Amino acid sequence: MGNYFQEEIECAPVEKIKALQDELLPKQVRYVWENVPYYRKKMEDKGVTPDDIKSADDLYKLPFLSKADLKEAYPYGLLAVPLKDCVRIHSTSGTTGKRVVAFYTKEDIDIWDDCTARAIVAAGGTKDDVCQVAYGYGLFTGGAGLDGGSHKVGCLTIPASSGNTERQIMFIMDLQATILCCTPSYAAYIAETLKEMGYKPEDIPLKAGIFGAEAWSEEMRRDIEKTLGIKAYDIYGLTEISGPGVAFECSEQRGMHINEDHFIAEIIDPDTGEVLPEGSQGELVFTSLDKKAFPLLRYRTRDICTLTREKCSCGRTHIRMAKPKGRSDDMLIIRGVNVFPSQIETVLMNNGYAANYQIIVGRVNNTDTFEVKVEMTPDMFTDNLGEVQARRKVLEDGLRAMLGIKAKVTLVAPKTIVRSEGKAVRVIDTRKI
Amino acid sequence: MSVNQVSVFLENKSGTLNRMTEVLAVNNINIRALSLADSSEFGIVRMIVNDVFDAVNVLKENNFVAILTPVLVYGIADEAGYLNNLLQNFTEADVNIEYMYAFAGKERAYMIFRVNDTKKAEAVLNGKGLKSLTQEEIAAV
Repeated sequence: MGNYFQEEIECAPVEKIKALQDELLPKQVRYVWENVPYYRKKMEDKGVTPDDIKSADDLYKLPFLSKADLKEAYPYGLLAVPLKDCVRIHSTSGTTGKRVVAFYTKEDIDIWDDCTARAIVAAGGTKDDVCQVAYGYGLFTGGAGLDGGSHKVGCLTIPASSGNTERQIMFIMDLQATILCCTPSYAAYIAETLKEMGYKPEDIPLKAGIFGAEAWSEEMRRDIEKTLGIKAYDIYGLTEISGPGVAFECSEQRGMHINEDHFIAEIIDPDTGEVLPEGSQGELVFTSLDKKAFPLLRYRTRDICTLTREKCSCGRTHIRMAKPKGRSDDMLIIRGVNVFPSQIETVLMNNGYAANYQIIVGRVNNTDTFEVKVEMTPDMFTDNLGEVQARRKVLEDGLRAMLGIKAKVTLVAPKTIVRSEGKAVRVIDTRKI
Repeated sequence: MSVNQVSVFLENKSGTLNRMTEVLAVNNINIRALSLADSSEFGIVRMIVNDVFDAVNVLKENNFVAILTPVLVYGIADEAGYLNNLLQNFTEADVNIEYMYAFAGKERAYMIFRVNDTKKAEAVLNGKGLKSLTQEEIAAV
């Protein structure tokens, strides 16, 4: 059992949630049809009209939206309200091509704040807490999203934004921050820095962390939890749908509850687009049920994961999603094999290394080269050349066992791998295909 | 008594050894003896320095991985045959040498050994009348 921000809906019987979705989806589809010509055309091309959508069961009839649509419709093509009704934009950190710009009405932000407030309360947050938001503030949704939720819960909010680690630590220690919100790689960096400064877990006032916006492994979670003496909660979201808080973890730490009163999740076969039964692994697709400004229907996230409706002992009834194995665009195909950076992280952490690594992929004579740079640590170093070589070999063997292909492991000096204070740069792919 | 040697991990690329010596130089740490072991991908520098703890601290501050390794140091006459005599004692005592390096002082030569079992080797050789140098003695050489 746990604490809830909006118990009535978070713990509602499944039938009640379904009834709510059955009511909201047809309305939302009609709203989009009338206000977003871009999507209306997609529906017309598919021969679907709002009359065909009578309940949530008809969702499968609707066309998908993808990142390509967002690029094509940039900047206003998917906007459903006049600009004067919008109060804010956020934009993704897009790596290639045009950025994605999402718009919000006041109402949209209010609902989004509810979602992140649910996440903070699920992590044990109350108005007695001091919540340090070390996600970047600005175009990125992380800072604003958790900031809004923290205000709703009534925590004392420290809008630290990302970066300036010394200052982060000063606030954590001097203002006795109890909840830290940031990306997992930044949490690991803060944890490592605190450890280097000689702080033990019991000296650190933090009790919980809410970490999301990038893929991270269970091993990394355990490591951060141990170093900071906290419980670390995952949070999921994407700018296109709203931001962090689309789904969040409860005290059970077994998957993230999707806020089903606002979003419908589906798992599809990424190749055929066919909806897969509960429990299958596939691409996650979201439909927002009540967004006003930027109401996306059947948006393909490219995240690969599974859903489960298994009863959760926290009391919440909303469907849970497993930690995504990684965005399908984080996935590398090396020598024909699918490789997720999170798998490499798992091997490193199982062998006693920190998650400071970089994957370098290149191509020589039409064959992919695959190198993993790993930072040496005092614990892993010995004076014996053969022993260091042997430890390197253990990593290579572990990677081969995990991935099925051979990687070259290069040990590098500490702090030589560039650390981002937001999202970590894990992959350098120089292949020109 | 065994002596603490400073062992440092170095990437195998140009300039890294120099970066390390620079850190030691600006911190006024004197290297008494140095040996470099390398593989194709990385190297290990092994050093006897005048101030072991300062050396490790400043190296760590500058993002080097540095650890201490116990080694045995013996002073012998800087003349033909003395190393051979010393090693005969090692052989008789069944001490296996992992690696060694040496430096010549003003009056004597000093042999630095990393062995498989430092304590046992030290005791056996001590029984044969061979005394290894202490940290203070090596600093005073």
